[in-house]
Amino acid sequence: MKKPFERVVEEHAASVLRVCRAVVGVHDADDAWSETFLAAMRAYPDLPDDANVEAWLVTVAHRKAIDITRAGQRHAVPVADLPERPSADGLPDESDPDLWRAVKALPEKQRQAVAYHHFAGLPYREVARIVGGTPEAARRAASDGIKALRTTLSLKGATTP
Amino acid sequence: MKDRTGSTRTTGDPDLSTLVDRATVDPEALARLHTRLEDAAARDGLLDVAYTVVDSPVGRLLLAATEKGLVRVAFHNQDHDKVLDDLAGTLSPRVLRAPKRLDDVARELDQYFSGARRTFDLPLDLSLSHGFRQLVQRHLPEIAYGRTLSYGEVARLVGNPKAVRAVGTACATNPLPVVVPCHRVLRADGTLGGYAGGAAAKSVLLDLESAA
Repeated sequence: MKKPFERVVEEHAASVLRVCRAVVGVHDADDAWSETFLAAMRAYPDLPDDANVEAWLVTVAHRKAIDITRAGQRHAVPVADLPERPSADGLPDESDPDLWRAVKALPEKQRQAVAYHHFAGLPYREVARIVGGTPEAARRAASDGIKALRTTLSLKGATTP
Repeated sequence: MKDRTGSTRTTGDPDLSTLVDRATVDPEALARLHTRLEDAAARDGLLDVAYTVVDSPVGRLLLAATEKGLVRVAFHNQDHDKVLDDLAGTLSPRVLRAPKRLDDVARELDQYFSGARRTFDLPLDLSLSHGFRQLVQRHLPEIAYGRTLSYGEVARLVGNPKAVRAVGTACATNPLPVVVPCHRVLRADGTLGGYAGGAAAKSVLLDLESAA
């Protein structure tokens, strides 16, 4: 028997938001999160009871992120009909701008691998299933991503605990 | 995060832990996104069961509604988590905390508890009860505010005078206590009888109604 969807939101809202911030950037993360959970709520009754819910949500978020990235590339110019969005015009709740800027600067594969493995906690096997390629390639991408982040950030992060 | 253990390399790496910690999101962002999900789910017809929890003189009350109407009221002592599990199992797993749908219910309950309201004017969804139990529950609002009947009198009211015990069961399993006034049914000797919210809650409701 399935637990109430509210409990899925409670348990996974934060990690999915981190994943969204990492893969589409802080500015589009709210949209990606909203579309992910709405799609998940739609499909939830049909989800097998033994499914790995976190992996399922990250898979949905991954697809939504691709949609959002493509849409952003398609109409980067027009401003007429902005999607409804809570007032905040700047970057909403950008708790750590340096971190998100550094993550955003990573190549796509590294960004996804870091997000899905380190932020969402999925094993490399699951990461590989979502992004394609082998678990070993996913592990390398995450490792390279972390190395790059360490170079960009670690000095600040490590010296002031 | 159950799968975090899958990455043995990361544990014990302070830089990496710092990095992951720095990705922490603030509760306000999550609260705002939750509200946005409530609205979108309602708009898209996905909000099969909306619920909220309100304070009342008889303790915290869980209120749940389908698109048809109020479907469940539960007292604190009935274990709200379990009630939500049951709703997910019997109605739909698409259960979301979405207070907006319960605004009217919450307002009428406030008015009732402050003595300003004697009857509820709310759409009800009786799909959690069936047969004789539902029949009894449909008749309970005929017992006027401030009045009480015995289980036997209710049995007569529903046209089945011998079904005294079944009336007791119907009252005990009322999915909409307070709003559907099973608290107005007492034992023949005038003692309280059982109540899902406990005897104290039943007394509070009866005192409230007799004072008004």
